[in-house]
Amino acid sequence: MMWELDLLVLSLVVICGVGSLLIRDLLGAAILFGAYSFMMCVLWAIMGAVDVAFTEASVGAGVSTVFFVAAVFHTTRRTKD
Amino acid sequence: MKLLGLIIVLATGALLILATAEFPPWGDPNSPASLHVSPRYIEKTMEETSVPNAVTSVLADYRGFDTMFETTVIFAAGVSCFMLLRLFGKEKSETVHYRHLLTGLTIRVRRRREGLEQLGEFERMDSLWTPHDIILRTLSRFLIPFIQLFALYVIAHGHHSPGGGFQGGVILGASLILMAISQDMNSALERIRERTLAMLSVAGVAIYAGTGAMCLLLGSNFLDYAALARLLWVDPVGARSLGIFLVEVGVGMAVMATMIVIYHNLASEGRLDEGL
Repeated sequence: MMWELDLLVLSLVVICGVGSLLIRDLLGAAILFGAYSFMMCVLWAIMGAVDVAFTEASVGAGVSTVFFVAAVFHTTRRTKD
Repeated sequence: MKLLGLIIVLATGALLILATAEFPPWGDPNSPASLHVSPRYIEKTMEETSVPNAVTSVLADYRGFDTMFETTVIFAAGVSCFMLLRLFGKEKSETVHYRHLLTGLTIRVRRRREGLEQLGEFERMDSLWTPHDIILRTLSRFLIPFIQLFALYVIAHGHHSPGGGFQGGVILGASLILMAISQDMNSALERIRERTLAMLSVAGVAIYAGTGAMCLLLGSNFLDYAALARLLWVDPVGARSLGIFLVEVGVGMAVMATMIVIYHNLASEGRLDEGL
């Protein structure tokens, strides 16, 4: 696979991961984490591990984002630290 | 304290990055995994299990024990979420809202009235109810059957293409979670009760372990599906393929039920009355 595409996706993974840690808004963090999962899924697919990519897309980007959003709705949206 | 944490994280990260230098290069044909392990599976999968997708046969047959305990871990996660979040018997005397279906009039009563619900003219509604967006509601109604059909396809077609019980179960669960989000939790719970979900998650794990135990009863090793050949009236190779399918169905059931149980308890703070 083209190394440019690899590099682009990998840097997006790092940006989404660090962004979801730094952002103050918890809902934003949940959505960034979903984006991180989706980028990880693309990375798995590039590396040819389609089964793992499938799992990551359904569990990481799909259901766990819903769980995070459901949890955020029962707490405050802003973090203290 | 924060500085100490940062130092520890940086040191651990540096150690991990240093350790990856010792890994064989990606796709190296001379690495131990590519020399002994992978060729065995790639060459023998088709003749031993008649499953074209080597990942499925490794997950559910050669490494079936791993997958059984992965399913058990999912089940345990569901049970622990249920135990932590669910409120038993603490029916708070909070007000319940009803909407008159014909006039759209909203009334608020002290506690739940069964008689009012059986009248058929009133619909129970969430306290933070907002009018449903017709686009979202119609689109989800339209999408959910297709999502469920796709999930069944993923479970059944895991032998030939990427997918399998785990992914299919998650998609099946996600379709019911979408229903709980797009309409409301009560109508989703009417379709599939909490008790049914609990039964399904237990039954899924039991199907997996039961298939293994059946092999044991037929005089073979635990999870050695070739022993099922006598029961299923097929040759041992076909029995391994069918055994993988049985196990995948069990995984799918357990994962689906667990995902919905976790969502329902998380979204309603364990009261299971109103969702997001």
